[in-house]
Amino acid sequence: MLDLACSDGQVKQSQASENSPLAIQGLTVSYGQKPAVFSVDMTVEAGKMTAIIGPNGAGKSTMLKAALGIVPPVSGQIQVFGKPLDAQRARIAYVPQRASVDWDFPTRVIDVVLMGLYRELGLLGRLRGDHKAKAMDCLDRVGMGDFATRQIGQLSGGQQQRVFLARALAQGADLYLLDEPFAGVDAATEKAIIGVLKSLREAGKTVVVVHHDLATVADYFDNVFLINTRKVAEGTVAEAFTAETLQAAYGGRLATAQVDQLALALG
Amino acid sequence: MLIDALLLQLGYNATLVAIGATLLGISAGVTGTFLFLRKRALVSDAISHATLPGVCIAFLIMASFGGDGRNLIGLLFGSAASASAGLWCLNWLTRNTRLAEDAAIGSVLSVFFGFGIVLLTVIQTLGVGRQAGLEGFLLGSTAGMLWADAMVIAVGGAVTLLLILLIRRPMTLVAFDPEYAAARGLPVSKIDMAMMGLVMAVTVVGLKIVGLILIVALLIIPAVTARFWTERSDYVVLLAGLAGGLSAYIGAAMSASAPNLPTGPIIVLVSFALFLFSLLFAPNRGVLAAVLRHFRFQRRVHLRQGLLALAQGQPIYEKLTLRLLRNGGLVRADGVATDKGKARAAKALRDERRWAVVRSDQAHEAAAALYDGLRQIESVLTQDQITEIDRQIGGPKEVLA
Repeated sequence: MLDLACSDGQVKQSQASENSPLAIQGLTVSYGQKPAVFSVDMTVEAGKMTAIIGPNGAGKSTMLKAALGIVPPVSGQIQVFGKPLDAQRARIAYVPQRASVDWDFPTRVIDVVLMGLYRELGLLGRLRGDHKAKAMDCLDRVGMGDFATRQIGQLSGGQQQRVFLARALAQGADLYLLDEPFAGVDAATEKAIIGVLKSLREAGKTVVVVHHDLATVADYFDNVFLINTRKVAEGTVAEAFTAETLQAAYGGRLATAQVDQLALALG
Repeated sequence: MLIDALLLQLGYNATLVAIGATLLGISAGVTGTFLFLRKRALVSDAISHATLPGVCIAFLIMASFGGDGRNLIGLLFGSAASASAGLWCLNWLTRNTRLAEDAAIGSVLSVFFGFGIVLLTVIQTLGVGRQAGLEGFLLGSTAGMLWADAMVIAVGGAVTLLLILLIRRPMTLVAFDPEYAAARGLPVSKIDMAMMGLVMAVTVVGLKIVGLILIVALLIIPAVTARFWTERSDYVVLLAGLAGGLSAYIGAAMSASAPNLPTGPIIVLVSFALFLFSLLFAPNRGVLAAVLRHFRFQRRVHLRQGLLALAQGQPIYEKLTLRLLRNGGLVRADGVATDKGKARAAKALRDERRWAVVRSDQAHEAAAALYDGLRQIESVLTQDQITEIDRQIGGPKEVLA
């Protein structure tokens, strides 16, 4: 499934992508004149967990942000469940990198989770008991129920990450996009997060994760999307996560011994 | 005199100024909080300085058409127009050049203000349309305030507050996590624009009382003051409104109680006094609290280390530790543990082992997060939980064969 030939983005939409939770076509994103993501196609399989992997600066996060309209693309089309992005906002939950916000912001853990209910609350809607109960429920699911009234600045990195996940859960979305949720978190948090993600998959939801730890890819995920500015490979772990594709994505950055070891681990 | 002023007994003009200033203080405090939370406090300085050319141009236009050049509504429209132009330049510079926002603020602020001062000088030499008092927009002038002026402030302030009530949720969301807000489909740049529009409205309305140079103080100081007292953004907003209103009211009363005290600067000084008080005495974030916390922490660390040393029969050399133990009646003057000291030491050692269990057990995560080596374990766990932990540690048991 090595896909080094880059498509020109004008290819007719394939049958499979029509009802995909997230279908990206010919996406190019650029900071200044240097493209961070170049002409990338991606079709996310429904009800599966997909890892986006690639070396540092390969455009993983940028691709996710462009798919959500946070970063304006130079070109490309985004379809969510077969419709334009803006019609489907309510079905997408995004978990940003935890370093992207100021954790000294005056707010409590429960207030952050309640931000997930923004659509239900509207501009002037009163905050009711059932809203709070729902937020508490989401906090319990990530094992943070006891932290509800703490100020967010008192949390450890892993706890911050779980609060962000709880906020996404509160939205009750069908597609979950997470940007490096396992970066710099403790083992307990990693276990809690992967548990929640797997339960989402069991409930038929689709999960896409920007991931950096090659050792856990085969354990955690069904599908893999390898990127290094251009798409390198896409498919199931068995198809796309091979020594060959990794070599193509990481080049010299991954020691041959590492590749062999991974290949061995993958069988 | 000051009492009379505070009770609004100093005549029509003073009362009008006090009420107008209070309303302005409340709306500036509330509006400024969102600017502060969004970390764009200094943008308000650029906006306010950019009002000056508009004031002058509006004056020239009104005077040249034979009207009263000092019509407040006309002047405020002029100031709003040039403030918008300044804001647009600022946004354009940050978006389309490599200039960082602070540099863009400096450029816009100085160029607009300089241009305004030139126009002001030109107007003064022209001698048309009763220009006297136009420079009052620099630092505010309340001497000749009219009923209509107060009404402009009251209506402007009320409308601003109403709009904030309407968009406070999206503004808070954008201030905390703009990327998440964008991912949820919120129009982040429009919300930012609305916030800037509100700041501009407060600035324009406040020109008459505090003037364009000092309005930034009324927008930012109350928010910073309020932040010392609470960890919740909605309370910061309310407290900032309170702090802003209070300092404006007291400031206006003080300036009315003595001749030649300028209203705007006095208001700013009063709000600074509130800030200083909060900085020093706020319960959690205040400087004094931090110092006290440090000393208390240090003594507790020494006491704890002393007890653990006693329990393990190690010698204690540290003078502070020995003094604390002696003062607590835990060791005798010669350094030998008393009965009370022995009991406390044994308990300290036991608690160390309990904490070790708590910290290694994921089920106790919330309690473990409170671990600082000093906290009484009873303050975070119930007696039943402690009993359960003791069971895990195991008491002195017979050795299995």
